[in-house]
Amino acid sequence: MSRKPLAESYRLGFDDLEALTIGAALLGTGGGGNPYIGFLRAREVFRQGATVPVIPLEVLTQDDWVGEVGGIGAPVVSAEKFEQGDEGTRALAAVEAELGIEVAAMISGEIGGANAMEPVITAAKLGIGIVDGDGMGRAFPEVQMCTFFIYGGGVAPAAIADEKGNVVVYKHVIDMFWLERMARHTTVDMGATAMLALPPMRGDFVQKTAVPATVTQAVHIGRTVLKARKARKNVVETVVEETGAKLFFTGKITDIRRHLVGGFARGEAILSGLGDWAGSEAKIAIQNENLVLWVDGVPVLMVPDLIVNLELDTGEPLTTEVLRYGQRLAVIGLPAHDLLKTEKALEIIGPKAFGYPDLTYNPLEGKAK
Amino acid sequence: MIRIGIDVGGTNTDAVVMDGSTVIAGVKAATTADVMTGVVNALKDVLAASGMAASAVDVVMIGTTHFTNAVVQRRDLAQTAAVRLGLPATASLPPMVDWPEDLKQAIGGTWYLAHGGNEFDGRVISPLNEEELLGIAADIKAKGINTVAISSVFSPVTSDFEKQAGEIFAKALPGAHITLSSEIGRIGLLERENAAIMNACLRDLSAHVIAAFRAAITEAGIKGKFFLTQNDGTLMDAAFAEKFPVLTFASGPTNSMRGAAFLSGVKDAIVVDIGGTTSDVGSLHKGFPRQATVAVEVGGVRTNFRMPDVFSIGLGGGSHVVETRDGIKVGPTSVGYRIITEALIFGGDTLTTSDIVVASGRYELGDKSKVAHLPADLLARTQVKIMQMLEDCVERSRLSPDPLPVIVVGGGSILVDGPIGGLEVIKPNHFAVANAVGAAIAQVSGEVDRVYALAEISRDAALADAKQRATDAAVAAGARADSIEIVDVEDVPLAYLPGNATRVRVKAVGELHVA
Repeated sequence: MSRKPLAESYRLGFDDLEALTIGAALLGTGGGGNPYIGFLRAREVFRQGATVPVIPLEVLTQDDWVGEVGGIGAPVVSAEKFEQGDEGTRALAAVEAELGIEVAAMISGEIGGANAMEPVITAAKLGIGIVDGDGMGRAFPEVQMCTFFIYGGGVAPAAIADEKGNVVVYKHVIDMFWLERMARHTTVDMGATAMLALPPMRGDFVQKTAVPATVTQAVHIGRTVLKARKARKNVVETVVEETGAKLFFTGKITDIRRHLVGGFARGEAILSGLGDWAGSEAKIAIQNENLVLWVDGVPVLMVPDLIVNLELDTGEPLTTEVLRYGQRLAVIGLPAHDLLKTEKALEIIGPKAFGYPDLTYNPLEGKAK
Repeated sequence: MIRIGIDVGGTNTDAVVMDGSTVIAGVKAATTADVMTGVVNALKDVLAASGMAASAVDVVMIGTTHFTNAVVQRRDLAQTAAVRLGLPATASLPPMVDWPEDLKQAIGGTWYLAHGGNEFDGRVISPLNEEELLGIAADIKAKGINTVAISSVFSPVTSDFEKQAGEIFAKALPGAHITLSSEIGRIGLLERENAAIMNACLRDLSAHVIAAFRAAITEAGIKGKFFLTQNDGTLMDAAFAEKFPVLTFASGPTNSMRGAAFLSGVKDAIVVDIGGTTSDVGSLHKGFPRQATVAVEVGGVRTNFRMPDVFSIGLGGGSHVVETRDGIKVGPTSVGYRIITEALIFGGDTLTTSDIVVASGRYELGDKSKVAHLPADLLARTQVKIMQMLEDCVERSRLSPDPLPVIVVGGGSILVDGPIGGLEVIKPNHFAVANAVGAAIAQVSGEVDRVYALAEISRDAALADAKQRATDAAVAAGARADSIEIVDVEDVPLAYLPGNATRVRVKAVGELHVA
C-alpha cells in the first residue's frame, strides 16, 4: 500500500524519542498517563532505523486524510498487559475501510502524556508522517475536551481494536459522550486496554482546528531538559529560560487531599513557599491534571493554561498521583493556544467546566515575571 | 533465645550478639574481598566480646549486599532464559527490553514469548500450549542454559499458568533452576519479570554464597540455624534465600532502620543512618521502613521490589570539609574507610567532619591536639552547614506535618548536635551497629497484592480475604501463627475500571518460629 507523501519539515528518529517522551510528560500537566511503555514500544519500532516525517499544518489540504489513534483503558492494566503491537494499525484500517480512504498522516489527540506516542508508532509502521500539532496542546481528562470535537469534528466512524485481533467499528454514533461510553464498555470486555481510532479528518479541517507545532514543542522541551541535565545545570531555570514557560511559585507540599469522584482522581495540594515565595502559600486544584493555582488566595493560573509541577532539584515533571507531603516543587505555567481560549472552548475546558463557577478565565499571557 | 545479627556492607561487616531483646555485644570488622573471611572474623570477635560460647547461639541472621553487588558489577551471573506467557498480548516489548546492554549480554539475552496469560479479572488471554513450551525447553537445552525465569501476564492475580509452565520446564530440563515471577514481584509486568530474571541469574551464585555462609558459621562453632534478611526487613531461611537471592536487595538500609526502631523503642520516626561517606534518610511507620512507591532501579534495571524509600546525601564521618568562596562545603567527597590514616585526628592531612566534631570537644576520637588549631568560627560554621544538610533531607522524608522524632544511627552519628529542624533527636545505645541489630531482630512476613471487583465482593470481605492470604503466606514463610500482626493495608480504587475494581495490598508479619 503506497500512500501519498506530504511535504515534511524534519524527521523524528530514534534519538528524538526520549526528548519527545519527556516533553510529553511535562505537557501532561500532571496527567495524561505515563508515556514510559509507549516510549519503549516506539524505541523498538524505531530501532531498525525507521524515521517519521513531521508534517507542518500548512501543507495539509482538503484531499489529505489525517488519522488519529490513542490508547484507551486503565493505566494500571497497561503496565501489566501491554500491546501486541498492531492494535493501532488494525483500528485505523477499520475506519479507513469504512470510509474507503487512506490516511496520509497521523495526529495525536492529546500530546500531553502517553498518547503522544501512539500516532508516532502507527505512523512509523505505515511509513507515513505525523502532523506537527494535536487536539489539546496538553492533557485533559476526557476525550471530548479536544479541539477537533469542540470545533465540530465527526464522531463516527470510530473503531476499537484489542491485542487478540478483535475489532469493533462504531458506524453511527450520535455524539462524543456515547462514543466514550460504548468504547469504555468494549475496552473492559477486551481486558481493559485497547486502541481507539477516531474518525479520520480532512487536512483543511485539521489545519484550522489543531493546536499547532506541539510535536516540535514537546521535543524542544525534552531536549532542553536533557541538555540541562547533561551539563548539570538547574533544569527548572533552563526550562523557564528556553521554553517560554514562566515560574509562578516554588514551595514545599504541606498537605495533599485526594478523593475519587466519578472515576476521576480529584484533590488539592497545599504548598508553603520557598525562595522568592518564602512566607507565601499556594494551592493547586487537581482533577487527573492540575486545574488551578492560587497564590495567597489569588487565582494566578487556571485551565486551559498549562500548570506544571517540576521537582525543584531535578526538574522532573511530577504527575498528580505521585505528589506527596514534603515534596519541593517549582510550579511553572505555559500559555494555552488561542484555540483553547474561545468562548466555545472555555465552555468545555475553562475553569467553570471543571467546577469553579466563581472563576473567570484570566489568561496567562503577560502575567508573572 | 541467643541470636547473632550480621550486616555485610561494602566497607564494614558488623555483628551483634543479642540475648532476647538485650544487646550483649557489638563489633565492626572490615569487609574482605572474599566476604567469608570478614564474616568469620566478625563472628569470632563478637563472640569473644560477648563472652558467649558459640554453642549457646540459637540462630544467626545475615544481611548482605553480595547479590546486589553481583548485579551492579555484572559478575558471577548465570546464563538465563526468560520465558513470558501472554501471546498475543505484550509482543511489542520482549523481556529485558529496558535492560542495559552489558547486563543483558552478561546473562546471554535469551528470551521466548509463548501463549498463556490472564486478564485483570482472571479470564484467560490464551490457553497454555504444552507443545510450544516443550519446543522452547528443547531450544534452551540446546543452548546449554540451565536457568529459566517464567513470567505470565497478571500472574499476581492468578499464578496457575506460571506454575504449570514451571512443571513442564522442570520435567524437560532436569536440575534446572526455575524462577516464577509471581513468587517475587507484584503488578507491573516488566518490573516483575525483570526481578524474576535477575533472581534466576543469581541462582548459581546463591548456592555458592549460602554454602559459604554456612561454612563460616560452622567454622565459628555455631550449631544454630541461619537466615538471611530481605529488603522488607523480614527473614528467609537459608533454603528459601538460596531460591530467592534477589529478595536480599536493599536489605542494608532496611536493617539499619529496623535496628534504629528497636534500639530506641520508637516505631514512628525519621531515621538518619550516617556512615563514613553518605547518610541514608528514611521514615519508619509502625517499626517498618516506608516503602518507595515508584520503580526502583538496581544495576540499571527497573524493578518493583518492596524497597525502603531512602534518600541519600553525601555526608558522613569522613566527608571532606572545604572553605570555598560560597562558604563551607561539606562532602560529597570523603576519605571513606581511609579515615583512620587520612583525617587530621589520626595524623593525616585532610580536614574531615570527624575532625570538626573532635575539635569542638563533643566527642573523643584520635589525637585531639592535632585539631586544636582549628578556629572556633570554622567549627561553628561547619556545624551549621552539617545541620542544614541533615534538616534538608529529614524534611524530604517527612510524610506528615506531625512532629516525629529523628533517630540517628551509624558510625557517623557523632556529627549530630541538638535537634534537626526543630525535631527531637534520639541517639540510642549501640547506634554504630544498628544495622546488625536490625538483622538480628528481623521478623517473618507474608504479602499479597491483588485486584478485587467490589461490585462482586464487599470491601470488608475483600480486605478480610487479603489479610487471610497475607497471614497464610507469613505462616508458610516460618512465622509463629499466634504472633502475626497486619502491619500494612492499602486499597487503591483503580480509575477507568468498572465494577469498582480496587487494588489491595496487605502485609502480615510475625515472630520467627524457632523449633
